[in-house]
Amino acid sequence: MSNSTTPLAVQSLNKCFVLPNRKIEALSDVSFELKPGRVTGLIGADGAGKTTLMRLIAGLLQYEEGEIRVLGLDVATQSLAVQSMIGYMPQQFGLYQDLTVRENLSLYADLQGVPEHTRAERFEFLLSMMGMNAFYDRLAGNLSGGMKQKLGLACTLVKAPQLLLLDEPTVGVDPVSRRELWQIVYQLVEKEGMSVLLSTAYLDEAERCDDIKLLHEGKLLAEGPPKKFSEAMLQRTFLVSHPQLSKRDLKKQLDTLSMVKDALIFGDALRVLTQDSIDSTDVLSKALEKSSGMTGYQIEPVAPRFEDAFVDRLAVQEGEVAGGDSNQSAFSSTQLSSSQETAEQTTQGPAIQVKELVCKFGDFVAVDHLSFSVERGEIFGLLGANGAGKTTTFRMLCGLLPATSGHLEVVGLNLRHARAQARAKLGYMSQKFSLYGVMTVEQNLAFYSQVYGLKGKQRQERINWAVETFDLQEILSQNSHDLPLGFKQRLAMACALMHEPDILFLDEPTSGVDPLGRRDFWDKINALADQGVTIMVTTHFMEEAEYCDRMAIMASGSILSLGTPGEIKEQEGVSDMEEAFVRIVQSGKSRKAPDKEDTSDDEEEAS
Amino acid sequence: MNWSSWISLSRIFALMVKELRVLFRDKRTRFVVIGPPLIQLLIFGYAATFELKQAPIAILNQDRGIISQEIIGRLEGSDSFEVVAHLHNQQKVNQLINEKKALVVVSFPMDFSSRLLKDGTTDLQVIVDGRNSNTALLAQNDVAGVVQTFNQLWAEQHNLKQPPITLVPRNWFNENLENNWFFVPGIVALIVLIVSLLITALSVAREREEGTFDQLLVTPCLPIEILIGKSLPGMMVALLESNVIILIAIFWFDVPFRGDYWLLQLSMMFFIISAIGVGLMISSLSTTQQQALLGAFMFMVPAVILSGFATPIENMPEVIQWLTYLDPMRYFLVIVRGIFLQDVGMDVVWSQIWPMAIIAMVTLSMAGWLFRHRTA
Repeated sequence: MSNSTTPLAVQSLNKCFVLPNRKIEALSDVSFELKPGRVTGLIGADGAGKTTLMRLIAGLLQYEEGEIRVLGLDVATQSLAVQSMIGYMPQQFGLYQDLTVRENLSLYADLQGVPEHTRAERFEFLLSMMGMNAFYDRLAGNLSGGMKQKLGLACTLVKAPQLLLLDEPTVGVDPVSRRELWQIVYQLVEKEGMSVLLSTAYLDEAERCDDIKLLHEGKLLAEGPPKKFSEAMLQRTFLVSHPQLSKRDLKKQLDTLSMVKDALIFGDALRVLTQDSIDSTDVLSKALEKSSGMTGYQIEPVAPRFEDAFVDRLAVQEGEVAGGDSNQSAFSSTQLSSSQETAEQTTQGPAIQVKELVCKFGDFVAVDHLSFSVERGEIFGLLGANGAGKTTTFRMLCGLLPATSGHLEVVGLNLRHARAQARAKLGYMSQKFSLYGVMTVEQNLAFYSQVYGLKGKQRQERINWAVETFDLQEILSQNSHDLPLGFKQRLAMACALMHEPDILFLDEPTSGVDPLGRRDFWDKINALADQGVTIMVTTHFMEEAEYCDRMAIMASGSILSLGTPGEIKEQEGVSDMEEAFVRIVQSGKSRKAPDKEDTSDDEEEAS
Repeated sequence: MNWSSWISLSRIFALMVKELRVLFRDKRTRFVVIGPPLIQLLIFGYAATFELKQAPIAILNQDRGIISQEIIGRLEGSDSFEVVAHLHNQQKVNQLINEKKALVVVSFPMDFSSRLLKDGTTDLQVIVDGRNSNTALLAQNDVAGVVQTFNQLWAEQHNLKQPPITLVPRNWFNENLENNWFFVPGIVALIVLIVSLLITALSVAREREEGTFDQLLVTPCLPIEILIGKSLPGMMVALLESNVIILIAIFWFDVPFRGDYWLLQLSMMFFIISAIGVGLMISSLSTTQQQALLGAFMFMVPAVILSGFATPIENMPEVIQWLTYLDPMRYFLVIVRGIFLQDVGMDVVWSQIWPMAIIAMVTLSMAGWLFRHRTA
């Protein structure tokens, strides 16, 4: 059992939330212990129960059943004592935007009763670790997203805690700042000997932890060091490509093979997870050749990732991936369009054409003479660090922001002159659920169909199509605000596709969604692209970048690199998209303005 | 021409239905819209007195004696009054009061001085414009004060036991000088302002906060459609509520209703649409509901004070008086008080409606423009 040296012990923990029409089991029968002096990752998708667990541990929520002991103390009865020994950084850390960095630190030092004479030294130690000691007198509101997160961490650490709880510290932070945050966490463990519990929805961060607790739908699915997870996946993961086949056609072939558990578009190839370990790639290529009657498949083994293990476990748990598969085929057979009009484009030329696009906010140039074009039926990704201008560009493309100057054409229509017509041809889905929460699913569908000008029989057909394709029948009369996350996303997609758009704009559509949900979503997106719909994605999430046909990496308002995910990785000579991204952005910065790195702009964050 | 560049009635209808649903399906917003106005009506229904300065006064002196001259001198010397006219016949009195050129007319009867010298007592008539019962009451008190000072002096000099001059007050339009009569119609205006402002000020900001506004802006909806779709539901709710309040005013507070009901409804529509314009403009400028709420109050408080709701506009410094022309409530207050207590006609109402229409046009266009052009 736990003693006072165990930083955290959780025993048979249960927690429910009751909503008017449904009960959510946020956590059920969760038990685990934390090893001292380690970084433990609490990994799970949005809605898995990570934040609830964090808040329970910090004594901010009460639990019904079970026991939580922090450093030997019972959280339920000694929450004040516990709170004085731990540091807790919530997702939205309460920085005071109008106070300087130093004032924020002093405020938290006051709140935590840190003695006056130790402060200067402590602040200096923390800020130099964060690489921020030049910014004592800057207002917190003027820091970049990554730096705000670091300052939040520093404020949590003004009094050295024995257990540090970090709730999704890397969410919405670009890959460059994300790396720095991880380095800081490890330095802390080393220098202060504290234990850290860090939650994240980014599965690729699992490999950075010493130990992993995998949470899924309120249950502890698995635990152990990352190695343990990946070892079970040895000889089961491969990259498959074929010079003549498009990656989407190749995926269709792979999905029919019973030995393939998971086939995921990954850059210019497909990442395959087999049911069982196979000794040689020949086994897979023979199976492929046999089923398709083609030859020339290129197959190479790759190192397993944490995500493979997660998918493996989930698939077993949810009774085979088959569920996702049948869903996907249902989607493609129903077709996006009931009239078949979308596939035969009336006008020719690229779906999106941008020439010399400029956007200024006062003196600040957010987008600087940008030019590129996107072909019809292409999945195009727009990536960049915080403040690089990608959100601004994205918003201009879907008509949410007027351009300062330049030419902007969407499906052959000029966004300056024919805005309403152009908007009728595009669909938009943001990362945040943005439908009317107090209205029911049915009312939301009715509203969007009317607003997009659908009438009479056609309107009814499209609503039926949406209900059928996205399986919404049972929840039609529920308020959309109370829906589980997965349903919300399906509803949002249904509303965005109601009017059969030619272009679909997606803003970080699947960050935080569990891997099966993400696959399901992207299967639908791929089916749409096959039908000729152009997809425009903006994201921080490197996994999503791999699903794109082509992508652009932006910094300081211009494009630094443009090409297929494979080309971009090749240019930088790395196999990892995040590594390629970091290199491109850093070399771009050193080229452009060597010491301007931190004068961050945050025009995007404000919007 | 493409269909989507024209205003679509079905889109506007969809937007309106959506707006009403969002307003009434949520418990909290439902309360905000209905609760506070009724509470305010009851609280304000029983309220307050104020000070008077430089009230316009006219004097009708038919007395030939010297004593009236002395009292006139004292009235002229008082800070509370400004003598605007000396009259010589009764007909002029009606005109002055009706046109609000004078708040008070002090009328000395022909035998004023002679009766006092002969009997030791005499009558002085004070005619007060009762439409503004507060000021009327104050004015009457101030006249009484002046007369009382004179009375004391005269009684001492002539060893009289009774006060020599008796005031005979006459309140026109509001015979019993009921405070409520004057105050409650003002509250109708106040609450209409609060309701229309709150409903609309929160609406765009809430959608921005929840991300639904972006989702709406990427649809083919034109700004004008969103504007109408947001204004009409607000208008419907505000009209309904103000009629409830009017009924309460008439049947609970016993305020007489002398004017044309439909004329009041017409003017109310203009008032509401101008308030909605201001509300939508504030909402379009805000990113969060909190900002919108603060903005609404920043507008509401001065708008009420400058409207003449509590203190007469004529008593404000001139520069401030110019500012009141920007305040839609100023115009509606004249209408609602006029129609309730006086049966004013279209001519008076029209002169107050067109400034409200201009305010509405300017603020609504600003709001519509801001929907798409607000950047940061």
